[in-house]
Amino acid sequence: MHVHRYERLWIWIGTITMMVFFAVLLVVSFGQGLAAPNHVQTIDPAKISSTPPFDHPGLRKLSDGTYEAYYVGQVFSWNPQSITVPVGSTVHFYVTASDVVHGFLLPGTDVNLEVMPGWVSTATQHFDTPGEYLIVCNQYCGAGHQNMFAKVEVK
Amino acid sequence: MNGRRLMLAHFYVAFAAFAVGTIFGLLQTLSRASAITLGGFFDYYKLLTAHGVLLAIVFTTFFIAGISTYAVYDSMPVKSRSTNVGWIAWWVMTIGTVMAAVTILAGNASVLYTFYAPLKASPTFYIGATLLIVGSWIVFFDFLLHAKAWRVTHRGERLPLPAFMATVNFLMWFLATLGVAVEMLYLIPWSLGWTQGVDVAMTRMYFWYFGHPLVYFWILGAYLAWYGMVPKMLKVPVFSDALTRVAFIGFLLLSLPVGIHHQFSDPGIAGQWKLLQTFLTLLVVVPSLMTAYALFATFEESAFAKGQRGFVNIVKSLPWNDASFTGIVLAMILFIFGGFGGIVNASYSIDRVVHNTMWVVGHFHITVGGPVALTFLAISYRLIPALTGRALWSENWAKAQVWLWFIGMSVMSLAMHIQGLLGAPRRVSDIAYYGSSEAAAWHPWALLTAGGGIVLMLSVVAFVVNIIGTLRNDERVGSETLFAETRANEAPPPMGLDRLKFWTVVAVALVIIAYAGPVMEHYQQHIYLAPGMRTW
Ligand code: HEM
Ligand SMILES: [Cu+2]
Ligand SMILES: [Cu+2]
Repeated sequence: MHVHRYERLWIWIGTITMMVFFAVLLVVSFGQGLAAPNHVQTIDPAKISSTPPFDHPGLRKLSDGTYEAYYVGQVFSWNPQSITVPVGSTVHFYVTASDVVHGFLLPGTDVNLEVMPGWVSTATQHFDTPGEYLIVCNQYCGAGHQNMFAKVEVK
Repeated sequence: MNGRRLMLAHFYVAFAAFAVGTIFGLLQTLSRASAITLGGFFDYYKLLTAHGVLLAIVFTTFFIAGISTYAVYDSMPVKSRSTNVGWIAWWVMTIGTVMAAVTILAGNASVLYTFYAPLKASPTFYIGATLLIVGSWIVFFDFLLHAKAWRVTHRGERLPLPAFMATVNFLMWFLATLGVAVEMLYLIPWSLGWTQGVDVAMTRMYFWYFGHPLVYFWILGAYLAWYGMVPKMLKVPVFSDALTRVAFIGFLLLSLPVGIHHQFSDPGIAGQWKLLQTFLTLLVVVPSLMTAYALFATFEESAFAKGQRGFVNIVKSLPWNDASFTGIVLAMILFIFGGFGGIVNASYSIDRVVHNTMWVVGHFHITVGGPVALTFLAISYRLIPALTGRALWSENWAKAQVWLWFIGMSVMSLAMHIQGLLGAPRRVSDIAYYGSSEAAAWHPWALLTAGGGIVLMLSVVAFVVNIIGTLRNDERVGSETLFAETRANEAPPPMGLDRLKFWTVVAVALVIIAYAGPVMEHYQQHIYLAPGMRTW
C-alpha cells in the first residue's frame, strides 16, 4: 500500500504522541500512586440502617488524627446533612445509597463519586482552606434532585 | 437510484426530532440560569429526557440511516431491487420512536437518555427503544442484501468506498447495540413486574459498552460526508481510498473495548480494568490524526489545482460561498476542541474533577452537538435537493444558519465547560442551591450558556424554514451523485481491508480482552438486586 512520505511521518507523530500518553499514564498510576478509582465493597441496600457503620452515618475521628465520614444518600437528601472538621484535616468519605443511583460531588475538590445501591464508593480529601463546602448530588435521581445537597464546614 | 423516498422518510423523522429536541434544549438553558421555572407538562427532567433521546438517539440514528442508505444504494447501482426491507426497517424504527416519545412526554419515563436502573420507567419506554434498535439492525441487513444483489453483476469486486464506510459503521453499531439489547432483557421483564430486582452495576456496564461506540456511530456518520463528499465539493478525488478504509477499520476495532472510561467514578469495577481500558482508549489517536491529515490534504490539493500556494491563499481559495462546505469546515474546527476535551475526560486523574459536571455537557455539545449535528445540517442542503430534485430555497439562509450554529455552539459550549471547571453539576434543573455562595459563581456562566442557546435556536429556525422552502420550491435541479471519485491511478487497497468477517472476529476478541476481567470479577461479588422505583 502506498503511503506518502509526509503522511507516514504524521502517522509516526501520532503514534509517538500516543506512546507519550501511555508513559505518562504508567508513571502517574504506578510511580505517583494516582491509580484509577478502585472501590469494590458491597453492602445490602435493604439493610443499611442495621449495617455498621452506616447505621450511624456521620463523622468519626481515627487514632491517626484523620477522619472517616459515612454518608447515606436517598431521595432527596444526604445523611448527615452537615459535618464540621478542623482546617488541615484529611477526610475519608464512604458513601452508599439506599434507593437509586446518586452522585457525590464536592465542587473544588477531587471528591466526585457515582453512588449506587449495593456498593460503597470511597474518596479521600485533604481540607487546607477554611470555608463552607457544598456537597451536591450530581447524578440524576428524580424530581427533587436539585434539592439534594449537604455541607462540609472547615474551620 | 431506487429508494429516494425511503431516504427522505429517514431525514424527515430526523428533522422533526431535531426541531422539537432543540426547543427543549433552550428551555433547559433558561431554567438553569434561573430565568424561567419549568413545571407541570414542561417538567425539567421530562424535557431533559426528551432532549437527550430525541437528539442523541433519534435525530442521529435516523439521519445516519438515511445518509448511509444513500451511500449504499448510490455507490452500488442495482437494477430494480425492492426497497421493502428498507421500509420495514423505517417502520419498526418509527413505531419504536413514537412509543418511547409518547411515554416520555406522558411523564412515564423521566429517566434521562441513559435510563440508569433502578430508576424504573414504564415498559413502553424500554420496548420502544428496543424497537428503534431492532429497526436499525434491519437497515444493516438491508445493506447486506443490497451488496449481495450488486455482487451478482460485480463478482470479486471490492465494495465501493461509500458503501464500505456505511457498512463498517453499521457493523460497529450492530456489535455495540447487542449490549443494549441484552440490557433490555434485564429491564423489560423487570419493568413489567415479572422480576423482582435488577443488577445495577451490570446494566451500567452494558449501557456503556454501547454508549461509547454510540459516539463513534455519530462521528463515522459525519466522516462519511467528510471523507466521501467534501472532495466532491472541491472537485478533487478522495485523498486515499486505502487509508480511508484503514481509518474506518481502526474505528471499528477501537470503539468497542473502551466503555469503562465512562465509569471511572463507579464502584464495583477495580482500578486495573479502568487502567486497561484507558490504554485502549488512547489508541484512537492514530486513526483520528489520519483523518485530520486526509481532510487537510484534500483542501490543499484543491487549492494547488487552482494554482494557489501558501496557507492564506489556500484558505482564501476554498469555496466559502458554499453553505454545505462552510458548515462542514466549521464543524471540523469545533471538533478539534472536542478532541482536546476528550483527552481530558479519558484521563481518570483529571476526570474526577469534571465527571458529571457541566464540563461533560460542554464536551458533548462540541462533539455531537457541534461537529456531528452541524455536518448533518450542512450536508442536508445537498441531500434534500439531490433526493427531491428541488433546488435549495436559499443559499444565504443556509450560510447564515451554519455560522449561527458555529457561534452559538462555541459560546454555549465554552460557558458550559467553565461552569464545569467551577464545579457546577449537570442534570440539575436549577443550580442556585438556595443562595449558596459557591453556586453563585456559576450563575453568570449559566446566563452565557442561555445566550448561546438563543443563538442556536435562531439557527434551528433558519434551518427549518429553508428545508420547508426547499420542499415547496418549483425550481428543479439535477441529481448527480454527492460522492467524489476515488483516485484513478491509486494502487488498489489491500484486499484484506475488505474482509469484514475477519475484522469482526478481531473486534470481538478485543471486547473479550477488555471486558472478561471486570465481568468475571463482578460475578464473584455478592450482587444485591435493586427493586427499583419511580422517583419523579
Ligand atoms: C439549541 C441547541 C441546544 C441547546 C440549547 C442545548 C442545551 C442543553 C442543555 C442546557 C443541556 C444540559 C442540561 C443539564 O445537564 O441539566 C443539554 C443536554 C444534552 N444535550 Fe443539548 N442542547 C442543544 C443541542 C443539542 C444537540 C444538537 C444534541 C445532539 C445531537 C444535544 C445532545 C444533548 C445530550 C445528549 C444531553 C444530555 C442529556 C442528559 O444529561 O441526560 N443537544 N443540552
Ligand atoms: Cu440526585
Ligand atoms: Cu467514550
